Amino acid sequence: MSLSTANLTRFAPLLGFAAIAAGLGFALTNDPRKMPSMLIDRPAPKFALPPLDAGSSGLASEDLNGKVALLNVFASWCGGCRVEHPTLVQIAKDGAVPLYGINWKDKPGDGLKWLRAHANPYLKVGDDPSGRLGIDMGVTGVPETFVIDRTGRIRYRHAGPITPDVWQETFEPLLASLRSER
Amino acid sequence: MAPEIGHYALILALAISLTQAVVPILGARRGNRELMAYGGRAALGQCACIVLSFAALTYAFITSDFSVEIVAANSHTAKPLVYKISGVWANHEGSMLLWVLILSIFGAALALFGANLPDTLKANALAVQGMISLGFLAFIEFTSNPFNRLDNPPLDGNGLNPILQDPGLAIHPPFLYLGYVGFSMAFSFSVAALIEGKVDAAWARWVRPWVLAAWCFLTIGITLGSAWAYYTLGWGGWWFWDPVENASFMPWLAGTALLHSALVVERRNALVSWTVLLGILTFSLSLVGTFLVRSGVLTSVHAFATDPARGVFILGLLIAATGGALTLYTIRMPTLKSGSPFAPVSREGALTLNNMLLLIACGTVFLGTFYPLLVDLLTRDKISVGPPYFNLTFVPIMVPLLIAMAIGPMLKWKRSELPQALERLRIPAIAVAAVVAITIALGIGRGFFSAVGSAIGMGLAVWLVGGSLAVLAYRVRLGLGPYETTLNLVRTTPLAFYGLVIAHSGMGITVAGITGMTSWATETVQSLRPGEQLQLSGYDVKLRTVELVAGPNYEAQQGTFDVSVRGRPVTTLVTQRRFYPIREQLTTSAGIHTNLISNIYVTLAEQDAKGAWPVRFYFHPFVPWIWLGALTMALGGFVSLADRRLRVGLPQSARRLAPTVAVGGPVPAE
Repeated sequence: MSLSTANLTRFAPLLGFAAIAAGLGFALTNDPRKMPSMLIDRPAPKFALPPLDAGSSGLASEDLNGKVALLNVFASWCGGCRVEHPTLVQIAKDGAVPLYGINWKDKPGDGLKWLRAHANPYLKVGDDPSGRLGIDMGVTGVPETFVIDRTGRIRYRHAGPITPDVWQETFEPLLASLRSER
Repeated sequence: MAPEIGHYALILALAISLTQAVVPILGARRGNRELMAYGGRAALGQCACIVLSFAALTYAFITSDFSVEIVAANSHTAKPLVYKISGVWANHEGSMLLWVLILSIFGAALALFGANLPDTLKANALAVQGMISLGFLAFIEFTSNPFNRLDNPPLDGNGLNPILQDPGLAIHPPFLYLGYVGFSMAFSFSVAALIEGKVDAAWARWVRPWVLAAWCFLTIGITLGSAWAYYTLGWGGWWFWDPVENASFMPWLAGTALLHSALVVERRNALVSWTVLLGILTFSLSLVGTFLVRSGVLTSVHAFATDPARGVFILGLLIAATGGALTLYTIRMPTLKSGSPFAPVSREGALTLNNMLLLIACGTVFLGTFYPLLVDLLTRDKISVGPPYFNLTFVPIMVPLLIAMAIGPMLKWKRSELPQALERLRIPAIAVAAVVAITIALGIGRGFFSAVGSAIGMGLAVWLVGGSLAVLAYRVRLGLGPYETTLNLVRTTPLAFYGLVIAHSGMGITVAGITGMTSWATETVQSLRPGEQLQLSGYDVKLRTVELVAGPNYEAQQGTFDVSVRGRPVTTLVTQRRFYPIREQLTTSAGIHTNLISNIYVTLAEQDAKGAWPVRFYFHPFVPWIWLGALTMALGGFVSLADRRLRVGLPQSARRLAPTVAVGGPVPAE
C-alpha cells in the first residue's frame, strides 16, 4: 500500500463509524413499541384477507365493526409469538375481548400448521403473506397487537409479546375505558 | 448489610479503574517502571472488589433478600437453588455486573500472566482495560445499580421468568460474556499497539491466545443459546435471526476473521494495520450488541427492561471507545509497517479472502439487523426483515468461504500454486462428488432445487471434513513416505495444527447438521387419545398417558409416549406443559430423544373440545450435529490454545520448541 492511498483509506473506518454512531443515536429517539402517531386514532385501513385454509372465511375489516377488538399480528417463525401465545389462549378462553389474527409474512401452510399445533385463540384469521396490510398498518415486526375501538379506529399499538403483566397493566384498563365510551 | 458491602466494593472498583486508566499510561510515556507496575496491581485490586461485589449480590439472591429491588423483581423463595444463582444474571443490572466481573477477570489475568510482555505494551493495554472498566462501572453505578433497596420489602419475590429457568440458559450468559468481553483484550492490545505505534509478530503472538480463548467461549455461548431455543421454545427451530442472536453472531464473525488475520501478522508480518482495525472492530461489535440488547431500539424476544438513559450511556461508551480507538488508528496507521508482500494465490491470500468474506457476511447481518432502523431514518416507514433476507444473503456468501476453507490450509505462505493444492484435495473432491450424486439421486423426487440445495450443503460438509483430514494427511506425509516419517510427524506436528483440523472439521459437521435439518426434517400434528398412535418417518409414536404432575415451582401436564420402529421399542418420551403460578405463565418442555445422528421431538398442546390431545411430532435428522460441530470448533480452539507456542507465559521457550522439521509443506516452521 503506498502512502498516498493509505492517507485516503485511513479515514474510512472513522468516517464509517461516525455514520453508524449517528444512526444509532437517531435510533435511540425511535421506540419501535410506539405507534407512528399518524395512525393512532385514525380508522384502521380497509382490508379483506384470505383465510389460512380453504374451509374458513378469512378476515375483513367489517368483521371488527361495532366492537372493541384486538387485532394480533403473528407468524410461525416468530419467537415472541410463542412467548405470548399462552396469554392469547387464556384471553380467548376467558372471553375477555374478541381476538382476531393476521398471519404475517408466512410461507403457505406454516401459519395453519402453527395454529393447529398450538391451539387457535382467534375468532378469525386472515393471511397476509406479502405483508401488504402490515405496511398499511405500520407493522414493524411480530408479534404486534392493535386495539380497535367500536368506531373502527386504531387506539393503541403494542409491539412485542403480550405477557400477563402487559395484559394486566396496559390492556385491561385500556379495554375497560374503551368499552365505557359510547 | 451484604448489599451495602457489595455496593461499596463496586464504588471502590470504580475508583480503582479510574486510576488504572491513567497511571500506567503515564508510566509508559515517562518510562517510569513504578507507575507502569501499578497497572497490574490496580487490575488485581479492581478484580477483587468486583468479585466481592458479585458475591454480595449472589448472596442476596441465595438468601432471598427481597429488600434488594432486583431480587424481589426476579427471584422467589420457591425456586431451585441453581435458578436463584442464575437469577443473578437473568436481569439487566445483575448481568451488567457479570459483564464487568468477567472484564476484570480478563484484566487480572493479563496482570498475572503477562509477565513477559514488554512493560510499556502491558501498561498501555492495562490502561485501556481500565478505561473500559471505568465506563461500564460508571454505567452500572449511575444507571443500573443492582443493590437498590426497597423501603417495604415484599414477603415473596416476583419469580424468574420460567422460560429462563433452564440449566442451558443458566450457563449461557457467562459463556457469552466470556466471549464478548474477552474480545476487549484484542481491543486493548490493538489500542496499546497504536499508542506505541508498533505492531509486529510478537504482538500478534501475545494477542492471539486471548482472541482464541474469547472466540472459543463465544462459540460455546452461541451454541448453548441455540440449543436452548431448540428445546425450550418448543417448536424445533434452532436459529431465528433475532436481533439479539445477531448481536452475538456479529462479534463471532469478526472475531473469526481476527483470529485468522492475526495468524498472518504472526507468521508473515503482513495485514498489520488491518488486524489492528479488526481488533477494534470486533470488540466494538460486542459493544453494539450490548447497546442493541439494553437500549430497546429493536424489538426482540430477549429484550431486557429498557430505559432510554441506558441506551444513551452505552452509545456514549461506544462512541468514546470505538471513536477514540479509530481516531488513534487514523493518526497512527501510516506509521504501521505494511509488511511483506505476497501473491494472491498464497496462504496469506486465502486468509485475506477469508477475512473479506467473513466481514461481508458480518456486514450483511449488520445491515439486516439495523435495516428497519435505516428505513425508518430515511423514509419514516416501519418495516422488518425476517429470516428470508438472511437466508438469501448470508448463505450465498458462506458458500465460497466454506469452499476456500479447505483449500487455504493447503496453500504455502507467500506464493503457491492452486492446481497443486487442488491436486492434494482430490480424494475429498471424489467424496464430495459421490455425496452430491447420492443426495441428488435420493432427493430429486422432492423437487430439483431442493435436491440441489441439499446436495450443495452436504457436499460442502464432506469437503470441509475431508479437506481438513487431507490437510492433516499431507502435513504428516501420510502415504507419501515411510511410515516412520509419518509417525514422527504426527508427534511433532504442533497442537495448533491439530486445532485447525478439528475446528475446520467442526464447521463441516455443523454444515451437515444445518443442511440435514433444512432438507429432511419432517413433522406431523395429530390429535391423540391415550392408547392411540401416530406414524412419521418410520417411527410409531403411541401416547401412553397424560397426567398432572407437580414440579418444585410449577404444575405440569405430562404426556408420556412410547416410540418404536417396526415394533421394536426405541425410547419413551416425556413432554410437559408447565404452568408457573407465580408468574401465571406457561412453558413447554419438549420430549426429545437423540441418537446423536437425529432427534425425535414431541410436544403436547392443550386438550381439545373432544377430549383428544393435539400432539406435534418432529423427526430432525442431523440436527445434533449443528451443536456438536460448533462444540468441535470450540474444541479445536482449545486444542490450539494448549499449544506451547501460544501459551501466554512462554513465548521465549516457544521459539526453541517449535518444530524444525521442514516438510516443504504448507506450514513452514517458524
